Amino acid sequence: MLAVFEASAAAPTSKPALANREMAIHALNRLAFGPRPGDVDRVVSFGVPAWIDEQLAPERIPDGAVESSLERFPTLAMTTEKLWEKFEKPIREARQEKKNGVNGVLDEQAMVPYENRPRRIVEELTEARILRAVRSERQLNEVLVDFWMNHFNVFAGKGLDRIFLTSFERDVVRPRIWGKFEDLLLATAKSPAMLFYLDNAQSAAEPDHRAQRPLRLARFLGEGMAPTRANGNGPGGLNENYARELMELHTLGVDGGYTQKDVTELARVLTGWSIVRPEQGTGFVFRAPLHDIATKTVLGVSFPFGGGIEEGEKMIRILANHPATARHIALKLCRRFVADEPPVDLVERVAKRFLDTGGDLRETVRTVVTSPEFSDPRYYRAKIKSPFEYVISAVRAIGATTDDALPIARQLGQMGEPLYLCQPPTGYSDAAEAWVNTGALVARLNFALQLAGNRLPGTWSKAESLLPPDTATDPRASANALSCALVGEELSPATRAILEKRIDAEAGENARVPLIAGLILGSPEFQRQ
Amino acid sequence: MFDRRVFLKSSGLALVAGGFLPRVFVRMAGAATLPAPNRKVLVAVFQRGAVDGLNVVVPHGEKTYYDARPSIAVPRPGSGEGAALDLDGFFGLHPALAPVLPYFQDRSAAFVHAAGSPDSTRSHFDAQDFMESGTPGQKATADGFLCRAIAQKKVASCSPLRAVSLTPALPRILAGSAGAVSMNSLAGFGVRAGAASAAVSNSFESMYEDAVAGALGGAAKESFEAARILKSADPASIAPDNGAAYPAGAFGNALKQIAQLIKADVGLEVAFTDVGGWDTHAGEGGSEGQLSNRLREYGAAIAAFATDMGSRMADVTLVTMSEFGRTVKENGNRGTDHGHANVMLLLGGGVKGGRVYGRWPGLDSSHLYENRDLAVTTDFRDVFAEILAKRMGIENLTPVFPGHNLNAKRSLGILA
Repeated sequence: MLAVFEASAAAPTSKPALANREMAIHALNRLAFGPRPGDVDRVVSFGVPAWIDEQLAPERIPDGAVESSLERFPTLAMTTEKLWEKFEKPIREARQEKKNGVNGVLDEQAMVPYENRPRRIVEELTEARILRAVRSERQLNEVLVDFWMNHFNVFAGKGLDRIFLTSFERDVVRPRIWGKFEDLLLATAKSPAMLFYLDNAQSAAEPDHRAQRPLRLARFLGEGMAPTRANGNGPGGLNENYARELMELHTLGVDGGYTQKDVTELARVLTGWSIVRPEQGTGFVFRAPLHDIATKTVLGVSFPFGGGIEEGEKMIRILANHPATARHIALKLCRRFVADEPPVDLVERVAKRFLDTGGDLRETVRTVVTSPEFSDPRYYRAKIKSPFEYVISAVRAIGATTDDALPIARQLGQMGEPLYLCQPPTGYSDAAEAWVNTGALVARLNFALQLAGNRLPGTWSKAESLLPPDTATDPRASANALSCALVGEELSPATRAILEKRIDAEAGENARVPLIAGLILGSPEFQRQ
Repeated sequence: MFDRRVFLKSSGLALVAGGFLPRVFVRMAGAATLPAPNRKVLVAVFQRGAVDGLNVVVPHGEKTYYDARPSIAVPRPGSGEGAALDLDGFFGLHPALAPVLPYFQDRSAAFVHAAGSPDSTRSHFDAQDFMESGTPGQKATADGFLCRAIAQKKVASCSPLRAVSLTPALPRILAGSAGAVSMNSLAGFGVRAGAASAAVSNSFESMYEDAVAGALGGAAKESFEAARILKSADPASIAPDNGAAYPAGAFGNALKQIAQLIKADVGLEVAFTDVGGWDTHAGEGGSEGQLSNRLREYGAAIAAFATDMGSRMADVTLVTMSEFGRTVKENGNRGTDHGHANVMLLLGGGVKGGRVYGRWPGLDSSHLYENRDLAVTTDFRDVFAEILAKRMGIENLTPVFPGHNLNAKRSLGILA
């Protein structure tokens, strides 16, 4: 059993139960990217349980405004084939011209017009993620997109993944996060993004385990995508990368009870799961000639001689519904929504619900967010926000409007969480420790000051608009009102004293309100959710 | 355990003799009697994109090298303009690295050839990842090996600027819980609020001293200390010494700032930066051309750094790495493709220079890795293990390179 289960078996809290208003703040902090001006009051009057229920069925929440605002990002709607045509081909042709020494071609980047540069794709994805997180009414949906995109992390910096990610998020992940886990898992397993990122596209059976003589893989896959020669066994070779992460990260968890032999055998089961060359259409393809047809055993499940694609599909369904997977997913969801070290009982209950419902993700999430543990006062403002949660919650809290989210994206990079650019397959951490580091905190404070001071390019904020009319002339009252507006309640006496000191020092300065708002958004209180 | 923050405010110098001491305070106190800071510094440079090591330190004694590279080989020493600069009768230096040659000749610089990662990947992404995590073949390693190294090195008082990366984001090699800081520019680090910067910074600092900060308190304390140290020591104002002239460009600028941090005595122990542009699949060139241009900037920056450091270089060990080497044979585009082993440069304190270390596996096809690439005969981890043990005083290297058989016999003895 995982150590965290034991460590978190603490005694029940003695704190009083959360008041209705605190409960609304808590729900908005955890199930949404924090409250916008007026949100707390709205959720209080709507009723917190009713609001949570509504968020659990996002398909019934109208969200046309944000979707139509994203129409200005044309790549979001493009097929991978189209992205290849528009963004990969031009740069490849320019590179070829440079190679061939075509006159005047010194820099292939310079040969490609800005609107055809591949970085546009990830920029548009990033902007859309930020804008949806800020504006969408389907907040829990966006929180879960962040969760699952991180669970099934794909790094945009790895070769063709920059053209595969758009479809991965739009067609693979988003449509399945409220369905069965096995469908989500299988869809990721067959996605070009994952097959390329974790190298399964180039994994092939050893020659004497194949049905026919070896094929020249480079012909199928193109330069740079052909299998490596593991073990020096001629062209092709087994690549265990995806098989290992499939069990360690996507399903069973690192302590999920599998062996190195299981990894190797699962990799053999998944040989032939590959992708069509982009210029030939892109998509999943099962390359039977590369599949390992010899007998295999994974986690005690035997596959006789001569199998095909159905072997991998069967194994993925077994992995998806394995008790260790249920515990792993339950632990990660509880860590995200409840606490870095969630209570053992809750994790077990959520895992059981996962198994009982056949991995129904809506019911699994419902079990977490409607549990008594979720509203336990000891977890109120107990989690440190990730950079993404911090930045989006600040933009929402101050009621800022954004029409260019790239400066915000760059700030996320400074804080250590550039979107779509997490290199290791582990994804970003959901626990505080990873985010509490020296350079990143300074980046958070500067972001807070820039945002509140209306100095962030592309984003407009007016801290003064948060103040009720009767407080505008009284600096101390206005600081208090700003705290209530931005954090949802009064700050700790110590923080308040520091703010008041600053207010007294800045008396008469016009920039006072934005500066105080910046201090509040940078305060320890606002780093928590 | 003294509280350094209080110390900084009160300048209680006597308390910390032997600990780190920003130079500005030394100057303030006129403390000529204090021992000179002798903290050892490791400067690690990552050449991202896989530099062609066979054209950096050229095996001019091998006929096969010239056979395999009809259009991009660097000519044998003494063969006129553009010839390799002989190192030991077998290896020669690319002529664009002429500024580095004097350091080899005065025995402060050494090379390790045929070094690299044992993993077979030829993916930039995977190979860089493996080299920075220090666990080739293991993708799930969460932190970087230099971070684990710092964590192993217990010191009585450590600076918040102990590990600094001159890069926009914290690199994988320093990722983890050791509190490494990344910055693009020394001058820009800290709370920025125009004229009110100092006051606002103070307000934030007070807030994070309060109990409500919890887990954030420690990081905050380090951040404000780092910013304060940078502000008071003002390393950015320290001009290069000894007439050192850094070349224009990001790499020269990064090394210049690392030199400033070292000279400002802010407690730096590990510095990192990277330099790209080595992925020469086409039109690589020999003595002149694409690679040559990159090497010219690279060599000039490293030479400027050594010049700038002067006698302080005795405390500093600079080491370079690159994710893998390149094919022995040139390809159809007069370039080279992804290969295996590469060359590393070591320069500075403790280096028993003037030699090219490592067992040379040869370029005959029977000796090549997978029939095409220079074979790895020295694991990059063994090179770092020696530096970390001998220079940084890290006794237990097992947590730094888990799963690696750290055998002292494999140590090349590059360092005194």
